[in-house]
Amino acid sequence: MGLQALFFYLFAFIAIASAFMVISARNPVHSVLFLILTFFNAAGLFLLTGAEFLAMILLVVYVGAVAVLFLFVVMMLDVDFAALRTKALEYAPIGGLIGIILALELIFVIGGSTISPEIAKKAAVPIPALTERSNTQALGDVLYTHYIYFFQIAGLVLLVAMIGAIVLTLKHRTNVKRQNISAQVARTPETAVTIVKVKPGQGI
Amino acid sequence: MDQFFFTYVWPALIIVGQSLLLLVALLLFIAYILLADRKIWAAVQMRRGPNVVGPWGLFQSFADLLKFVLKEPVIPASANKGVFLLAPLVAVTLALATWAVIPLNAGWVIANINVGILYVFAISSLEVYGIIMGGWASNSKYPFLGALRSAAQMVSYEVSIGFVIVTVLLTVGSLNLSDIVMAQNTGLGTKLGLPPSLLDWNWLALFPVFIIFFISALAETNRPPFDLPEAESELVAGFMVEYGSTPYMMFMLGEYSAIVLMCALTTILFLGGWLPPVDVWFLNWVPGVIWFILKASMVFFMFGLVKAFVPRYRYDQLMRLGWKVFLPLSLFFLIVTAFVLKLTGWA
Repeated sequence: MGLQALFFYLFAFIAIASAFMVISARNPVHSVLFLILTFFNAAGLFLLTGAEFLAMILLVVYVGAVAVLFLFVVMMLDVDFAALRTKALEYAPIGGLIGIILALELIFVIGGSTISPEIAKKAAVPIPALTERSNTQALGDVLYTHYIYFFQIAGLVLLVAMIGAIVLTLKHRTNVKRQNISAQVARTPETAVTIVKVKPGQGI
Repeated sequence: MDQFFFTYVWPALIIVGQSLLLLVALLLFIAYILLADRKIWAAVQMRRGPNVVGPWGLFQSFADLLKFVLKEPVIPASANKGVFLLAPLVAVTLALATWAVIPLNAGWVIANINVGILYVFAISSLEVYGIIMGGWASNSKYPFLGALRSAAQMVSYEVSIGFVIVTVLLTVGSLNLSDIVMAQNTGLGTKLGLPPSLLDWNWLALFPVFIIFFISALAETNRPPFDLPEAESELVAGFMVEYGSTPYMMFMLGEYSAIVLMCALTTILFLGGWLPPVDVWFLNWVPGVIWFILKASMVFFMFGLVKAFVPRYRYDQLMRLGWKVFLPLSLFFLIVTAFVLKLTGWA
């Protein structure tokens, strides 16, 4: 346990410190880099609680894919963040109002909701010991056996979003020369070369 | 005091000792892999390659190391200093960190974690940060273009590598790297009634996937013919243009460490790890780590030959290959494998 406690404080401290740096760093790229450090330490905390699969998925999905795109966008955008910052205080009342409304809604939802007996029954299924069912297998049970329809529907929602994004940005440009690799590979000397007998002094 | 020593200090000391041992062995191996890369390249072009420092040029890598370390590191005036120096550190640290879970022999692993393959996948998906940070912090056009290219390339090929790994995991049923190797004790060969041999390993049963993995590994590690991030004919040296001396060496070290890691991963996933090729007493007597190194070196030999033989891809062709060929193919083979395993009851 000794080393675990040590690492918990290490990860927790770095996570909080870098989360603070995300909002206080002047350079937006530095902010994103600190955000990545926060994700990384959150993955470490997951690991300490024994949720190894979640830790690794957090790294693969958030740090390896989402944050890369985020970093891309921030690097490519030519936004004057210093000018934005000076105007930030003007919007503070509206932002505060939205925050309060969201907090109130959350409180109502959490305070007023009850767990339906069906789900409570499913949640009451005893958790098998780590020796017989590993973390990954247990998650697989929940996602692919107990809640397969919800999982599939979530996938469909993502698919619809993806198709929507493609439809919005797809342009069929006609003035572009496209490479047709199968046509290139299928070319033979017979289809590509014609032998012409040229009479001297005439040309083709 | 005694208790403090045995709960805090002793486990930490053991881990540090093991890591140091692995690191030294790995760095030595990388030094000779670098030499081998140049020698293979030279042999294909009928040159001698490095042959001055030491017998047959055996100490060339160490001479290079000295040269890099003794040079003055130059930081461009308009560079983002902190990120500029952090980028090579990130690249090399991540590339070396992956080795913590690689089993070199039965039980020879620093961290035998349950999600070993996911850990490798996660850390190698982070390696792109070293390149992006280096390209951005240099504050110059070529490095930035190189960084953008390489980020897009690494993210694209990770997708097909992910599907290939899932296909292997389906046949094995575990995310632990040692389990993946041990599962290859029995495979296609034994199912056909043959004694345990190299026919049991995944490369035969999953041959198309093996090919996809090999090519994706080349692209993921920015090896030729996919070395577009540093395409010297267009981008000078890509994201490394502004780097020199020790930071440059660290980028190179990270790159070669990632390459050797991909060789080790190919060995573990497809070539039976430390298992001997045929179940005969004198081959079983050879230590497993020797087999592991031999197989990984053989995969690297292939990497080296590809570098020497194949001309560089054009960037749009690279993207096409990743998204329009490998992604559907690997997804298709994943589904086929799942169906075969379910219908035959081998899973």
